[in-house]
Amino acid sequence: MATTAPEAFQAHGDHHDHDHAHDHPGFFARWFMSTNHKDIGTMYLIFAIFAGIIGGAISGMMRIELAEPGIQYLGTFASLLGEKNPSFDQSLHLWNVLITAHGLIMVFFMVMPAMIGGFGNWFVPIMIGAPDMAFPRMNNISFWLTVAGFISLMISPFVPGGTGNGAGTGWTVYAPLSTSGSAGPAVDFAIFSLHLAGAGSILGATNFITTIFNMRAPGMTLHKMPLFVWSVLVTAFLLLLALPVLAAAITMLITDRNFGTTFFDPSGGGDPVLYQHLFWFFGHPEVYIMILPGFGIISQIISTFSKKPVFGYLGMAYAMVAIGVVGFIVWAHHMYTTGMSVNTKMYFTAATMVIAVPTGIKIFSWIATMWGGSLSFKSPMVWSIGQIFLFTVGGVTGVVLANGGVDDVLHDTYYVVAHFHYVLSMGAVFALFAGFYYWFPKMSGRMHSEFLAHLHFWVFFAGVNILFFPMHFLGLQGMPRRYPDFAEAYAHWNHVASAYGYSIMAAGMLIFFVNIIWALLAGKKAEDNYWGEGATTLEWTLSSPPPFHQFETLPVIDDKAHH
Amino acid sequence: MAAEQATLQQRNRRVGIIMAGVVLAMIGLGYASVPLYRMFCQVTGFGGTTMRVSEAQAATIVSTNKDMQIRFDANVERGMPWEFKPLQAVDTVSVGVRDMAIFTARNLSDKPITGTASFNVTPEQAGKYFSKIQCFCFTEQTLKPGEEVRMPVIYYVDPKILDDPDNKDVDEITLSYTFHVTAEEKAADAGAKALDRAGTGG
Repeated sequence: MATTAPEAFQAHGDHHDHDHAHDHPGFFARWFMSTNHKDIGTMYLIFAIFAGIIGGAISGMMRIELAEPGIQYLGTFASLLGEKNPSFDQSLHLWNVLITAHGLIMVFFMVMPAMIGGFGNWFVPIMIGAPDMAFPRMNNISFWLTVAGFISLMISPFVPGGTGNGAGTGWTVYAPLSTSGSAGPAVDFAIFSLHLAGAGSILGATNFITTIFNMRAPGMTLHKMPLFVWSVLVTAFLLLLALPVLAAAITMLITDRNFGTTFFDPSGGGDPVLYQHLFWFFGHPEVYIMILPGFGIISQIISTFSKKPVFGYLGMAYAMVAIGVVGFIVWAHHMYTTGMSVNTKMYFTAATMVIAVPTGIKIFSWIATMWGGSLSFKSPMVWSIGQIFLFTVGGVTGVVLANGGVDDVLHDTYYVVAHFHYVLSMGAVFALFAGFYYWFPKMSGRMHSEFLAHLHFWVFFAGVNILFFPMHFLGLQGMPRRYPDFAEAYAHWNHVASAYGYSIMAAGMLIFFVNIIWALLAGKKAEDNYWGEGATTLEWTLSSPPPFHQFETLPVIDDKAHH
Repeated sequence: MAAEQATLQQRNRRVGIIMAGVVLAMIGLGYASVPLYRMFCQVTGFGGTTMRVSEAQAATIVSTNKDMQIRFDANVERGMPWEFKPLQAVDTVSVGVRDMAIFTARNLSDKPITGTASFNVTPEQAGKYFSKIQCFCFTEQTLKPGEEVRMPVIYYVDPKILDDPDNKDVDEITLSYTFHVTAEEKAADAGAKALDRAGTGG
């Protein structure tokens, strides 16, 4: 890689400032008024970890309640959350509040901020050789809108939401439960939270697209961009096209609730099923929004630890584009039981199954990248291989559920819960941990413990599989989702999931936190390129951590550089 | 150098503005989907939406001697103080022959109430062949306290249903109505009226 004279490629007109005030802002100015993509990325990651702890704790409350048939803990939880002498119905309402909060937090405030806000902000500008994002101040607004959204969501469980405190609508916020079915401000707070987080994500998506289109270093053509950048580019377009539709739908919910419109109310000529169409027109691309950046991370890692370029680079990039495009025309497979004609079901079944093709291209290309590579099983590699395996398991159950006829039986059962936890709790979250161990020393300048990272992997791997695999059995036996109680026949596998699965998974998470603390306190200093020769993208040409402002002299990518 | 920077800023602004346009267009599409969805249902009979036909159209229909059972179902929305029921539970009619079904509604409260009926048929794929010439659901109905009215619906089943493979196992269609209080006292009633399919739909 050749470099040019500094004068030729100054990124900012105000470069004189960099040596002075900009490099040493005070604490408040640095973290609250930040326009630096790395600082904002760090804040996104810390925020995502914090939200993940809350979302994970909520799943713990749910698993302990589900450990045995009957209602044991919900009443206690309801009193702890400030409901005075909760009635039985109010306790049960808390269940709906918990599933809603768990879903919304994990989707909007854990996976998305970590993938896109965290790793995207940190590494997209660096990987394309840009000094920062295109709109640094807007980047700051995106982050704080997300935080404001989270605060709004955290207020909602403490205000009335109909039967009891909190929004008990599910993350889908279906009408009429979310309109005439939930009096009180809790649902308004939850919807407003989606407005704020959605606005933050739309601004962030605009920022990424502009950055990637306009700010690539000389020689960094679109077809030379690292696959992680490709994944964020596709994700940003999905966000840009999907989130406004959600915004429209939930704004209609708000006006139906408060201002007398009847978009989803049959008494005024509306139709609740229209809400489902609008929601899933957003909701299905949303699941690709959560996994595509993970695919990008996995591609970087597999290539690094196989010490060769990723197999079928162009196929990999355009497979993500294909997943993104097809992801917009399959939404009604979430609605097979709303009464669709056989032909409509046939179309959505076929279209959904088509997505398995580009996804398969990715899976096989990862395997082909490893094939004949000089493999080293460092922690990010182990997490990535785990991700590929478990995501494929979730993908296979996805193909099962894609069948309209099969879905009539499995709709809203634990089989669906098992499916989407395999693709998200394992697919997306394993990719997050893989990326975390891959880049944590780069971001912090301190090496984590590889031993603890491997231990974390094995404990977490065992935990989530014991937790979620039995849900396939429960679902096939007909256990419905979204209930706090279940028939005696389902007791065994629920006990396994709660008592063993959740506890082992939680122990794995403790190892993760110990590892971070250990690294920050006692970790040895990270070199520039601590993974060695396989790591070829631009972040490895910088120090660990990178300077406050990088690439004031833009790097030049030569023609032979590979991805 | 200064010129190049201005270009980058301008290019960034241009892409940013295009993306903002895309966002606005998608929000617009979200709202546009409300009337589009309604039109889609009316044209295709999606979700069991019945068809509305004029006398002139109805006069061109050639009747057949294939019989079909038409069941009638009547409901009121939760809390609406009306009694609403069909006079006949089931009619047997030949496809293409027009039939009149009578429903009765009685206002059980001590104040006048205006209601509108929403409707559809099951199985849903029969919606586009279920043609109404006249229906009490086309307009609002106001009942004085204690008043009882008989309300007719004149309909026929379009003989084209006999050629549709999706309907070849259909020999019974259920027509269902639900009366809703017309939300006169609620604010922003204009918005509700704009969506009201009573005036436009079939």
